[in-house]
Amino acid sequence: MVGLSEYLIVAAVLFSLGVIGLFLNRKNVIAILMCIELMLLAVNINLVAFSHYLNDISGQIFVFFVLTVAACEVAIGLAILVSFYRLRRSIEIEDINTLQG
Amino acid sequence: MEVLNTTELLAIPGLPLLAALVVGLFGWALKETLSHLITSGAVILSALLSIHIFTQVLAGASFEGNFWTWMIAGDFIVPVGMLIDRLTVIMMITVTIVSACVHIYTIGYMHGDPGYARFFSYISAFTFSMLVLVMGNNFFTLFFGWEAVGLFSYLLIGFWYKRESANHAAMKAFIVNRVGDFGFAVGILAVWYYFGSVEYTTVFAKVPELVANNVSLHFMDWEISAITFICLALFIGAMGKSGQVPLHVWLPDSMEGPTPISALIHAATMVTAGVFMVARLSPMFEFSEVALAAVVLVGAVTAWMCATIGLVQNDIKRVIAYSTCSQLGYMFVACGVSAYSAGIFHLMTHAYFKALLFLAAGSVIHAVMAQQDIRKMGQLRKYMPITYITMFLAALALSGVPPFAGFFSKDLIIEATMMREFTEYGWVGTFATFALLTGVFMTAFYTFRMFFLTFHNSDRVDAQTKAHLHESPKVITIPLVVLAIGAVFSGMWGVMYLDIANPEIAKGFFGSSLFVLDAHNPLMKLAEHGEHGMFHFLGTMPFWLAIGGIALAYVMYFRETAWPAKIAASVPWLYKFLLNKWYWDEFYDKTIVAPARCLGTYLWKSGDLKVIDKGIIHGGIIDTIVAGAARMRAIQTGMVFHYAFAMVIGVFGFLTYLLLQG
Amino acid sequence: MLETAFFNLFAGLSIFAGLGVVLSRNTMHAVMFLIFCFFNAAGLFFLLDAEFLGIILILIYVGAVMVLFMFAIMMLEVNVSKMREGFQQYLPIGGMIAVILMIEFVAASTTGVFTEGAKATAEHFAQDVNNTKEIGKVLYTKYLLGFEIAAIILLVALVGAIVLTIRGRKDAKYQNVSKQVNVRREDRVRKVSM
Repeated sequence: MVGLSEYLIVAAVLFSLGVIGLFLNRKNVIAILMCIELMLLAVNINLVAFSHYLNDISGQIFVFFVLTVAACEVAIGLAILVSFYRLRRSIEIEDINTLQG
Repeated sequence: MEVLNTTELLAIPGLPLLAALVVGLFGWALKETLSHLITSGAVILSALLSIHIFTQVLAGASFEGNFWTWMIAGDFIVPVGMLIDRLTVIMMITVTIVSACVHIYTIGYMHGDPGYARFFSYISAFTFSMLVLVMGNNFFTLFFGWEAVGLFSYLLIGFWYKRESANHAAMKAFIVNRVGDFGFAVGILAVWYYFGSVEYTTVFAKVPELVANNVSLHFMDWEISAITFICLALFIGAMGKSGQVPLHVWLPDSMEGPTPISALIHAATMVTAGVFMVARLSPMFEFSEVALAAVVLVGAVTAWMCATIGLVQNDIKRVIAYSTCSQLGYMFVACGVSAYSAGIFHLMTHAYFKALLFLAAGSVIHAVMAQQDIRKMGQLRKYMPITYITMFLAALALSGVPPFAGFFSKDLIIEATMMREFTEYGWVGTFATFALLTGVFMTAFYTFRMFFLTFHNSDRVDAQTKAHLHESPKVITIPLVVLAIGAVFSGMWGVMYLDIANPEIAKGFFGSSLFVLDAHNPLMKLAEHGEHGMFHFLGTMPFWLAIGGIALAYVMYFRETAWPAKIAASVPWLYKFLLNKWYWDEFYDKTIVAPARCLGTYLWKSGDLKVIDKGIIHGGIIDTIVAGAARMRAIQTGMVFHYAFAMVIGVFGFLTYLLLQG
Repeated sequence: MLETAFFNLFAGLSIFAGLGVVLSRNTMHAVMFLIFCFFNAAGLFFLLDAEFLGIILILIYVGAVMVLFMFAIMMLEVNVSKMREGFQQYLPIGGMIAVILMIEFVAASTTGVFTEGAKATAEHFAQDVNNTKEIGKVLYTKYLLGFEIAAIILLVALVGAIVLTIRGRKDAKYQNVSKQVNVRREDRVRKVSM
């Protein structure tokens, strides 16, 4: 039978893939957003797995909230991206560095 | 006994405070009209309420009680309360009436000044402070009022803050007052130390006990009885506030402020706070012969010395200022010889005629384009008749010519001084008598010298100014007339209606609000000595001295106008000595100011510049922060990628920690 | 047995899809892979008796969020070849960090740091236990406040996204209602003396 560890390993692999994606796609904001989604998905798998194995429904509630926030984040992120693109004709992340100290 | 309405009592100081806050905070948004209506209205209302309270107190009402607790620190409890008795009400009506007149006068005098609303806010706030000072029921409300009037005096002397001399005068006033206030604060703390309370009634009740127990204070080899120490310390405060030698130097300089201020603060009210304080604390001063002698001595010296300086001054306001110092000396002498009622009586009459003199002088200054030198005036009576007449009345009152106000009070003081015999310090009484009598002569002389030079004598006004000469507007002349009524009638009113001059103070107007030991009461002896007839003044020395002074002034500045210059030329050293005000300023410059500045410069250069600025601020704090920040800012690359990387590293570290723990 | 097989299937496919997201050259392909990954994750959710969340994942993520991604990609003219610049350059360091991270995660998962107190195997709930009902019971009682806040966050995001992207057109003609209502006679009629 499948144990908790197996689910956690799957989630860990997905999370690490997300991290690699962050490093590799340094130019593409959309790809970065997608990688973040991937990492969030890994977290969600973790939460659901824990919820099941610890027999506590709260974990699933948190997944629910994570989904909500992630949806908002994508909506706002893409909106910002669109207006940024209008402004600069580019979505290269290296152009977004006005926070530089 | 009837009890006064507390709401009314609170409204008396409350209204000016409220008006001051409104006009002070929102003056920038208010029109000139509105700001003077608010403040003048509040003060006039406050004056009416004071008169109402006055009539009630006259009918026998009184009030003593606390409203709030200001602070508690262990046994040290400071309440905020009022003590309303006959001494208080006479101060209240004097303060509020003069203040109301000055408010109205200011409408005309300060018209068009950029700081119009600010000025009104200050004088209203000053009125509030002065009322707190006189109405309080404990030493701390007294101290609060004392410091607050000092503050507003400072702000108002330096009102024209763009003028350097005004700033200097304001600072001088503040710093000299600090010296006095230090003594005052020490006195109050000593009161608390010995009596365990700061409320008048509690303290006064315990004074005889303290004196009976002969409590004394040891300081090195020096022993002084506690009550003497307290009284002397408090009196140092009075000397500072009331411009007594040697702390008088700030008062003439304070004339840098606008003239209404000179009238309100530096003639009628604030400077008399010292006299009021001594009278208020009569149950304490009475038990210290040394303190009383000191009061008499300081008062007499001031009265005489400032009168001599006043003889030769050429600035119209300075003449009056020295006269104020001198008259305050008279009041202190009165208090010192235990004729407190006479002192307060003179305080009241003086408030009216001196405020009138100042306001009239202000009217003159206003007319001659801010010229204050009486050598450049003359013959002004043709142009400004109302000012001329009111000033004449005030001058007569100041000189002590019957039946004007000053005569009654000053005569009372001098006679009381003659009668008082000090057991140990007999010479003080003799000296005071001499000083006051010659002072009367000089007062009459310098007052009329100024008066003749301004309104008679030859016409020395330059042509350009003459074109503008005119009588002042009604807002200026009406307060003059109101005060003139006070200057003429307040003396008679006091003697005949209020019975202020009653030899037995307890049976007279003041009742139990003043305390005098029977052995001290000079007025009592005066009563035994002889009766007061209607024309007894014809037989008194002060009257003839005053007439003599006026006559001499008449001769020198009306008839033989060459005499003054000749006299000055014949004794040039004396003339210069007086003109330079006995070199007090120079003396302080050499002995205090110059060493202090030396020390200050040294500390500034070696301490501030070298150690703090260079060593700590620049070398230590600023350099560290700048260098640190320069390094830290490199972290903020602005690249989202780097921030994500930092987060990953964080997760990494966190996991490692977890694993190592597990 | 069957469950293990399905777990292996879903887990393997989701990891494969994840690799696809990271490595595909075309952003559109990456989105497709991500969708595929979500489907498999939903499968894993089903295996864990979280049917409601599995369905939600498909409906919201695949149905809404991913479509949003596609729209965004299609709206922006993305230069694909330029997007991949520096891909090789960062592979070593990125890969290294990710691998170390993964090893740590796996180590943590298997050594029992996280699994303390957990059941050894997944025992499925009885047939009559309704996952949606269970979530609802907790969501509307214990987590009501969080639920409300989530609703407000969604509303804010909705408004925010509109505000960020709206573009008033200058040449379009439209009525200003408040101006029309506020108009006074003096604004329109002018007396002219002849």
